[in-house]
Amino acid sequence: MTGINTYDKKSGWIEKILRCGIISWILVIVIWGLGSLSYDAYFLPSPYETIEGLKEVWNNHTLQRDIVASLFRVLKGWLSAVVLGVPLGLMVGTFKPIKWLMDPILSFFRFVPAIALTTLFLMWFGVGDESKIALIIYASFFPIFINTIAGVALADFSLIEAASVMGASKTKIFFLVIVPSAVSNIYTGIRLGLSSSFICIVAAEMLVGSDGLGYLINSSKLYYKTNCAFAGIVSLALLGFLSDKLIQFIGRRTLKNFGVK
Amino acid sequence: MANTMIHIEHLNKTYTVDKKDVPILNDISLDIEEGDFITIVGHSGCGKSTLLKIISGLVPYQTGVVERNGKTVTGPDVNCGMVFQEHRLLPWLKIKSNVGFGLNKVSKQEKEERVKKHLELVGLTDFANSYPRQLSGGMSQRAAIARGLVNNPKILLLDEPFGALDALTRIQMQKEILKIQKSEGTTMVLVTHDIDEAIVLGNKVVVMSARPGEIKEIIPISTAGRKRNSSDFDVYKKKIYNYLFQDADEDIELDYVI
Repeated sequence: MTGINTYDKKSGWIEKILRCGIISWILVIVIWGLGSLSYDAYFLPSPYETIEGLKEVWNNHTLQRDIVASLFRVLKGWLSAVVLGVPLGLMVGTFKPIKWLMDPILSFFRFVPAIALTTLFLMWFGVGDESKIALIIYASFFPIFINTIAGVALADFSLIEAASVMGASKTKIFFLVIVPSAVSNIYTGIRLGLSSSFICIVAAEMLVGSDGLGYLINSSKLYYKTNCAFAGIVSLALLGFLSDKLIQFIGRRTLKNFGVK
Repeated sequence: MANTMIHIEHLNKTYTVDKKDVPILNDISLDIEEGDFITIVGHSGCGKSTLLKIISGLVPYQTGVVERNGKTVTGPDVNCGMVFQEHRLLPWLKIKSNVGFGLNKVSKQEKEERVKKHLELVGLTDFANSYPRQLSGGMSQRAAIARGLVNNPKILLLDEPFGALDALTRIQMQKEILKIQKSEGTTMVLVTHDIDEAIVLGNKVVVMSARPGEIKEIIPISTAGRKRNSSDFDVYKKKIYNYLFQDADEDIELDYVI
């Protein structure tokens, strides 16, 4: 018995450290640091120079301005996509004729990435925020919409049967059985939509505009300040990571009964 | 004589598989009186569950007459509850909301009272605010029975409701359902492949043949014969086995019947 216990304790200790990610990050920073030794800061800034870059863009307030700008665009576009994608997905998933009508168009546009439309959207919606937000809506709409449709399709027929045997109306079955069944898929779609939003906002901001993290990365490189570009990339990754963690936290807390893990 | 609650006459049902009609039920005629506890036994795939779903109105039928309480069955109705093999509770609703799901046209206060009464009936009062995932298999099935009874239906259909439970829980649930039937006077129709269960619960056992399902025999069970340790119980059991395995090897019968 004691032998088994000590073994458990040991492996638990190693597992804990490996799983919390510290080792992985130390490895990345060490390899990056060693790699940067043989190049100059313009080509590959070291971790230290990146921190210096972070300090610089923080102190002249460009980082804060760019984070806020990107975040607001992402939030506006992504939330609009949620508001559009979920109800439309529920509708298309429920009414088969609408699904048949939309399927061919959807399977075409699914393979047109938002980035491919960037320049067109700039032409149609102007160089301001509108085109960028439209692009985010386009990018995050599909994961949300398609996962919602899948969620409706995956609704457990045995539960629908049980509800109808209790005399439930079609409306009641829709709101109390089908929609709740789809919640965990909708949640997945919303998370995927957010990551798509981050990908395409950077592309759009790099192309045109005067603020946002994409602009920061692009303009820093133009001025030969690669370490500031790295600072922008790191901030972008952190921003995406933290917002996904936040959604995951909320999902686990509130959607447990809908099968969200 | 009591009222006829369920009237079935010359019912036929076929499913279409690969563009071919497969007969499922063949010329079923059955009358069920008010307060009856009918059990239906048969081989798996003999159409006994389909018969139950036709009575509930979940599945349409081709020819014949199916009436509940004198009215032709056209769809599900709150007067006819149903309990399935799996509990089929909604995972996102508390037990009390699951039990009260079928109460559509009653006041909030009455709803609460009826839910409370039926949770008491199945011994789940303490779990009103729990979610289905927090309940054991037997408790979930009790909640499903409470849900089936909450509308005070005249008929309760049970489709192998204890099939997924362990042997001990099953015996306990059989006792409870008999008690409930006695106190509520609900007409019950229970489908099972467990012959002991059919004799213990039913005042009549309907024996069905293999597919296409036909009624081979309707055996009335005496009150004394429903007790597992009575001599009549074994006589009924042997009789039912004979019907179910009369086309098969004699050995099967000898193996099973003591």
